[in-house]
Amino acid sequence: MERLLRNRWALVVALALILAALPLVFPSNYYFRVAALVNIFALAAIGLNLLMGYAGQVSLGHAGFMGIGAYAVAIGASRFGLNGAVAMLAGAAMAGLLAFLVGRPILRLKGHYLAVATLGLGLLISMVLTNEAGWTGGPDGMAVPRLELFGTRLRGPDTWYMITAGALVLGVILALNLIESPTGRAMRAIHDSEIAARVVGVDVAAYKLKIFVISAVYASIAGSLMAFLNGHITPDGTAGFLRSVELVTMVVLGGLGSVLGAIVGAAMLVILPQALTIFHEYEHLLLGLIIMASMILLPRGVIPSLLARLRGGGA
Amino acid sequence: MPELLQFAFSGLTVGAVYALVALGFTLIYNASDVVNFAQGEFVMLGGMITVFLHLAGLPIPVAAFAAILITVLVGLALYAFAIDLARGSGAVQIIIITIGASIFLRGVAQVIFDKRFHALPAWFGSEPIRLGGAAILPQSLVVLAGAALIVALIFLMIDRTILGRAILATATNRLAARLVGIPVRRIVALSFALSAAIGAVAGLLVTPITLTSYDVGTLMALKGFAAAMLGGMGSAPGAIVGGVLLGLAESFGAGLISSKYKDAIAFLIILFTLFVRPQGLFGKRSTERV
Repeated sequence: MERLLRNRWALVVALALILAALPLVFPSNYYFRVAALVNIFALAAIGLNLLMGYAGQVSLGHAGFMGIGAYAVAIGASRFGLNGAVAMLAGAAMAGLLAFLVGRPILRLKGHYLAVATLGLGLLISMVLTNEAGWTGGPDGMAVPRLELFGTRLRGPDTWYMITAGALVLGVILALNLIESPTGRAMRAIHDSEIAARVVGVDVAAYKLKIFVISAVYASIAGSLMAFLNGHITPDGTAGFLRSVELVTMVVLGGLGSVLGAIVGAAMLVILPQALTIFHEYEHLLLGLIIMASMILLPRGVIPSLLARLRGGGA
Repeated sequence: MPELLQFAFSGLTVGAVYALVALGFTLIYNASDVVNFAQGEFVMLGGMITVFLHLAGLPIPVAAFAAILITVLVGLALYAFAIDLARGSGAVQIIIITIGASIFLRGVAQVIFDKRFHALPAWFGSEPIRLGGAAILPQSLVVLAGAALIVALIFLMIDRTILGRAILATATNRLAARLVGIPVRRIVALSFALSAAIGAVAGLLVTPITLTSYDVGTLMALKGFAAAMLGGMGSAPGAIVGGVLLGLAESFGAGLISSKYKDAIAFLIILFTLFVRPQGLFGKRSTERV
């Protein structure tokens, strides 16, 4: 079991099989919708986990990049008449460019300072989305035109479940490749000790920047997919501080530095509140409790704890 | 000219509140290295509990006292049931716990109270005082005086009492403090209680001017943190100066540049500080040991 969890291609195949099999047991569209949301947040969490788990940099403003991706497809399609897919790529390019521009100064910071700087960045993005109502519809948000590919309009949660599942598998493959590449090794070196990494000749700043840009692109794509799935977006729902907190919690809850962990964390944090919607009034109360409890009880994350237990059991 | 004076007064008032939040941050940070994102919720609780106890028929001074007491208990509970349990976790985990606590407290407030805005009557009426063409609310003076009093009390306590010395010792070197027999965990709990009390007082002082609702805490915490950083993390005088400067910058920025982006000003300042002088105005430059 442990070797299975460690083997990266086994992980990809298992994930693809599970994602392909799930529709067989889904009784209604609602399940497709929730599962598509899991895929989307898992994609964003994988990107953020590259930054947090491998490069060791926290970002409390990552939902800002999701917001850029979401609004890129909404504005690109409705105001500029772009095809949704083109707008999605444009959004990813913009998110990457923004990350590239602000990344170098921000990533010089550490610990709490980095947390607050990224938080400020996310807040600024969501503030722009809220205030520039002429473009974005303000706090009430805007409608997202349906994506049209090869003459067919893509609609319905089942269609979007398939698309997001494909995107997730692709995202996992890219992330695993990156982790096994020289960049991945450099990132792990940075995570273990920045100074030691610098001493052995790793260009720390350049690698951090690279990962920051990659994770921003992941988040932006996830944001675009969420916009297509929901058909309507708001600044709070895409770029809000709460979203950023949820993303960070998914990463830590699943396990820092574990691609599988990011998926598990995303699934837990998307499904748990859905299962608890009967307590609608208590939404924030429960979310806060879930976040606190998971950090206190599983500070190392689900997957690393599980791996440690398996290893302990095998010995 | 009168406008500038007006901006200065409103900036000072808001700044005094930011300074109190930043001071609360600093107390906890110094005692435990914890960055408490739930600090803004203390401000919210101070205001909201007073409002609702007053609505329930208690006279305002009694309601205010009870609000401070309850908030202190919440602060202690936050330490005992969350922070203390997570001892030894990484900085990121602790940050997420305090953010979770802030979301939780907001959720509780939303259920127990409601989602509307609430006001308290001003202490000495709301007839503005005219001064050089600017209008000053009497409550602004109450906020300034109250903030000054709290700051003076905290500084006196830290400077003149054994307890204050113990807090200072804990902040300087936790291990050494424990070795000389200071009950470090109790000191940390005390810092949570103190900082909750300061937040609650800030909340009930400012509610007559800015109103309060279940969700005022988030921005308050972020700005208090911004103020603490501007002044230099861990420096109590820095927290005060940072808070006042932030309040002034916001007020002038909103008045002269754009009120839509008033809340952005705080973060532009903070990003600028981080890049230019990360240790803040009063902070010590830290070097990393390998």
